[in-house]
Amino acid sequence: MSLTGLFLISFLFVHLIGNLQLLYDDGGEAFNTYAYFMTHNPLIKGISYGLYFFILLHTIQGVIIAAKNRSAKGYKYSKPSGENAKWASKNMALLGLLILAFLFLHMGDFWLKMKLGQLGMVAVEAYDFKVADLYSRVSIAYQNPIIVGSYLIGLVALYFHLSHGFSSAFQTLGLNHKKYTPLINGLGMLYAIVVPLAFAVIPIFMYFK
Amino acid sequence: MKLKLKIWRQPSSEARGRLESYIVEANEHMSFLEMMDVLNEQLIAEKKEPVAFEHDCREGICGTCNMVINGRPHGPQRGTTTCQLHMRHFNDGDVITVEPWRAKAFPVIKDLVVDRSGFDRIIQAGGYISVNTGQAPDGNSIPIEKDTASEAFDAATCIGCGACVAACPNGSAMLFTSAKVAHLGKLPQGKVEHVARVKNMVDQMDEEGFGNCSNTGACEVECPKEISIENIAMLNRSYMASIFGANK
Repeated sequence: MSLTGLFLISFLFVHLIGNLQLLYDDGGEAFNTYAYFMTHNPLIKGISYGLYFFILLHTIQGVIIAAKNRSAKGYKYSKPSGENAKWASKNMALLGLLILAFLFLHMGDFWLKMKLGQLGMVAVEAYDFKVADLYSRVSIAYQNPIIVGSYLIGLVALYFHLSHGFSSAFQTLGLNHKKYTPLINGLGMLYAIVVPLAFAVIPIFMYFK
Repeated sequence: MKLKLKIWRQPSSEARGRLESYIVEANEHMSFLEMMDVLNEQLIAEKKEPVAFEHDCREGICGTCNMVINGRPHGPQRGTTTCQLHMRHFNDGDVITVEPWRAKAFPVIKDLVVDRSGFDRIIQAGGYISVNTGQAPDGNSIPIEKDTASEAFDAATCIGCGACVAACPNGSAMLFTSAKVAHLGKLPQGKVEHVARVKNMVDQMDEEGFGNCSNTGACEVECPKEISIENIAMLNRSYMASIFGANK
């Protein structure tokens, strides 16, 4: 869980940096060029298959462990106390499944439509042929308040998932130190707030544009 | 002070249990167990079955007085066992829910008493050091650095009560096992068998049906001896070494 989790955490950052190009006011020139590169470069294609595999592995492992843990607890207390642990840490499986549901929505809307060739084609400066116009599809999607709303829900789930997951991964790997653990916890919270927030800026900005 | 208690009553491990309500008159100087004694005196006078609960030393070192009070193992006070918890931390008219430890690996025997023999079997799997019998060695014949000695001692304060398992939403025994591993493995006498100990104790822990650690940290909050989850990180490191290390 920790190794796949850390891989997905690093993916999120790269994904965010690339997608911030959506905020450029150039009619999608930069973003479409980037999208073409990311879907046709053999190295990145290889990594993306690794990514899908790790998402699946992280999900399957998580669900199995959560189910085992649930049965190991058996009875629940009739008067449970929420004081001894953060809510997110006790609900990682639920949050993870919410994020997975969001991922299906997200990939179905953009990735699948591009793979099926349902997008229009547009000329970009970097290539002498036309590339898929993913930018227009994204702009249209983010005019729909329901899609924007579901993205925001997905990102809130991501915040909670990361708020526990980041520092938890280090603890699982045995990296706990009096001096550095508070630093890792702080960094984890910062990451959990900044990354989903920056992702949230994209649909909100494009909705109001 | 007048209290309303809702206590888990279960006649035997097979029987179905349920919460029953009792009114008890206590005073604030009593410990929680003394308040339970008053209740039991009352029940005996009424010719009713007294509440079964475990207790022994009543000074916070034996680890038997296990009750989940208002959803918290050993009650609301941090770093305190139930026997050291005093009624002055409650108010007149409070409703207090008392339940047994909850985990599949800790089946209820009767009322508030659970079977914690799983812990004993984890200890049997490796919670010891092998030394020759005979005369006790000289006190300071093996020099141990102060910080190391303190860390080992902190881990050794674990009384094996099982509050970590009771607090854990996964019913995991990682804090207990890691405390034992750290207590022995940090000291030179325990280093010799460290790798085998880790593997054997973790295997036994899994066999007993305890859950997996998901790092919620609830155990360290509820531990009456305030054992740190730093020990769990050490256990994780040692476990990885026992799987992948050269020194299997």
